[in-house]
Amino acid sequence: MTALTGVRVVELSQVPIAWAGKLLADMGADVILVEPPGGDPSRGYPPFVDDEPGDDRSLYWWHYHTSKRSVVMDLEDEAGREQFRSLIATADVLIEAEPRHRLATLSLDYDDLAPIKPNLIHVAVTPYGREDAQSDLPYTDLTVMAASGPPWSCGYDDHSLPPVRGALQGYHTASHFAVMSTLTALLHRGVSGVGQFIDVSMTAASNVTTEAASYTWLVAGRTVQRQTGRHASTSPSSETQQRCADGRYANTGVPPRNPAEFAALLAWLKELGLNTQLPEAVFLELGATWQGPFDLAKIGTDDEITAIFGAGREALKLIASTVSAQDFFLGCQGAGLAVGVVNAPEEAFEDAHIRARGFHTPVHHEDLGRTITYPGAPYALQGSPWAISRRAPKLGEHNAEVLGELDQGCELDQS
Amino acid sequence: MAGALDSFRICDFTGQLAGAGATKWLASFGAEVIRIEDPVREGRWDILRGTPPFVDDRRGVDMGGAFNNHNAGKFGITLNLRKDKAKEILTRLIEVSDVVSENFAKGVLERWGFGYERLKEIKPDIVYVSNCGFGHVGPYSDFKTWGPIVQAVSGLTFTNGLPNHEPAGWGYSYMDHTGAYYMAMAIMLALLHRQRTGEGQWVDLACTEAALTLHGPALLDWTVNGRPTRRAGQPHANRSAWPPMAPHGIYPCAGDDDWVAIACRNQADWEALAGVVDEDWCSDEQFAEFDSRYAAQDALDAHLSAWTAPRRKFETEEALRAAGVPAAAVMKPQERIDLDASTGNFGLWPTVRHAKMGAVRVDGQPVHFSETDWQLPRGGPCLGEHNETVLTRLLGFSAAEVAALAHEGVI
Repeated sequence: MTALTGVRVVELSQVPIAWAGKLLADMGADVILVEPPGGDPSRGYPPFVDDEPGDDRSLYWWHYHTSKRSVVMDLEDEAGREQFRSLIATADVLIEAEPRHRLATLSLDYDDLAPIKPNLIHVAVTPYGREDAQSDLPYTDLTVMAASGPPWSCGYDDHSLPPVRGALQGYHTASHFAVMSTLTALLHRGVSGVGQFIDVSMTAASNVTTEAASYTWLVAGRTVQRQTGRHASTSPSSETQQRCADGRYANTGVPPRNPAEFAALLAWLKELGLNTQLPEAVFLELGATWQGPFDLAKIGTDDEITAIFGAGREALKLIASTVSAQDFFLGCQGAGLAVGVVNAPEEAFEDAHIRARGFHTPVHHEDLGRTITYPGAPYALQGSPWAISRRAPKLGEHNAEVLGELDQGCELDQS
Repeated sequence: MAGALDSFRICDFTGQLAGAGATKWLASFGAEVIRIEDPVREGRWDILRGTPPFVDDRRGVDMGGAFNNHNAGKFGITLNLRKDKAKEILTRLIEVSDVVSENFAKGVLERWGFGYERLKEIKPDIVYVSNCGFGHVGPYSDFKTWGPIVQAVSGLTFTNGLPNHEPAGWGYSYMDHTGAYYMAMAIMLALLHRQRTGEGQWVDLACTEAALTLHGPALLDWTVNGRPTRRAGQPHANRSAWPPMAPHGIYPCAGDDDWVAIACRNQADWEALAGVVDEDWCSDEQFAEFDSRYAAQDALDAHLSAWTAPRRKFETEEALRAAGVPAAAVMKPQERIDLDASTGNFGLWPTVRHAKMGAVRVDGQPVHFSETDWQLPRGGPCLGEHNETVLTRLLGFSAAEVAALAHEGVI
């Protein structure tokens, strides 16, 4: 039994909510993807298996639609709408990101569907919410993010370079809120029996996912400025990204702050034989034998404390210039310092820790006779495990199966 | 209005954003979230208690603006778990709770005598969710992390950058926000499981793992095609390879650090853009068809940047939107919070009442429920603000007993 066994979700296939559907499907929900004739255009997105385009070869599609079933319904046609209503009668959740008036025009909006399925949970995801005319504007993940804050805070110290955005994270953030909303409404329905309509705004979702940029304005009326590889801030902060001997970077995070950390850093420096190259090493000794906690407020004013903390940063720089980013990461963590290697995604994927946690997930593609390794679970629920129950569906692969279930349901109702 | 999660009580040890953000969602839908903090260290494990921004010149553990933002709607009590009496109180609180949530380093709760096995003895169907950078299992489980470390190790820092430059990364803790979203999901998934089976469980959430899932197609391109993202010309964060679009980027504008995002989804968008720009280069052979235009993006971006540079971002946004092209000014905090009516109309920045700060605006939730919408009337709790309320109402102590516990240093 999984957390969402027996929960049926109808997902009207659209790119921004594909991730939401996958999160629910991999936790055991019966997610039925409703596609138009001809299929969701993202079936044709690269990259492709073996770089060969073709039906059912999109890795993009594979990733976002695991554990789902696909049916084709033409909602522009009355017969298709009738099928859709029959499906909704069996559903717990409808999740969609249609243009904001489309379902009402088709008589398939919440007010039309609730009489068919009174405790339905209808989750509508639009760029600015269902009530805002700006939701009718054309959009992509990039424009959603630009309009709602993330790029303002991300980029380089050099402001002649453009701000940057994390690809697809605007849609992911909207999907996260769609899933949280769905689970909240399911819990409520479990207690009260009542369903409801939920209005999710993509831009609002990213607007409240910008940390200090928002609350620094809300609380203090001040504006943060972007900086290379570290938090945007109202005043410039020290660099935290360090290029290591192999050309890769590490995030040096929080430099040593207590005697034990200075002692561990000094020991590592000596182990590498670098202590003689660091004139400031004497201050590390001082830090390592310091009595009691440091008064961090005195950095910059007290000469001794300033020198000790400066020596900590210089020691990290020196070590980084002689070891690989991965060794720097492991060595710093060994010394108790919160430091991270800047991995590329594939390097993170192949990392020993990630492998040991069982993140690599084999999925059999019987049609290709291949077993493909997929990324695994975002969380480890010990009692109701996450799982990819099937590869992404081919277009309409489950038409007969799903429609057959509906017919059977009708017969049962009549008997 | 009744809250969707009215019937749930959370015994909450979370802090910072990666944990506190999760229980803020639950509190805004009516769950009774009771934060437990250490009176000896004045709750400073959560460094946001005393850090900027501040509403005025006052400082201290009750004045942190970020703390108020992430803890609105919660109750706060103090327990000095070095003392047996405090452990007894915690035990009684767990007995009447549905969830124990925490984002400490691995082993902290265990050392206090409240590991998962003990939690189950106290409350057999308890939902226990732990959240830390590398999780409680695996070779790095003792490593220290915070948001930027999770982002670095998981690949999110690397992919946010421009070619031939060092990683730009994220100018904030995207994975503290997002780790909190996964923690909220994990709590609710486990509660749904319990609602149907009566069984509790432990959820081991590792933010690095959650972050890694956000690279999906790139990881399959690696496992299937052996193509790494660390390669020449990459990363190019503002471009779009899946689906391929051109032009697709963030372009300079007249003004103080002003920029506009433009994306052409298809040939029609490109023709509409060319109609607005109306310069000779738009009819260059290399830009006419999609494939050659996509291949010539460096030249395309140079032309388009030269066109956008002398123009104001909102004028460009308006002209392109009118032509049906996806476009958006890169919004500054003031612009999206106070000047763009859409966020205010959505009710995205509710004003909460904080016991010491007074009325303060905070991040709301980007959703509305027709039957059980969220609400956040109350600010984040001052240290131990609800000691008396919680101990008397929930656990049956008298006010005099609570005063004695404070005197003994238990709370």
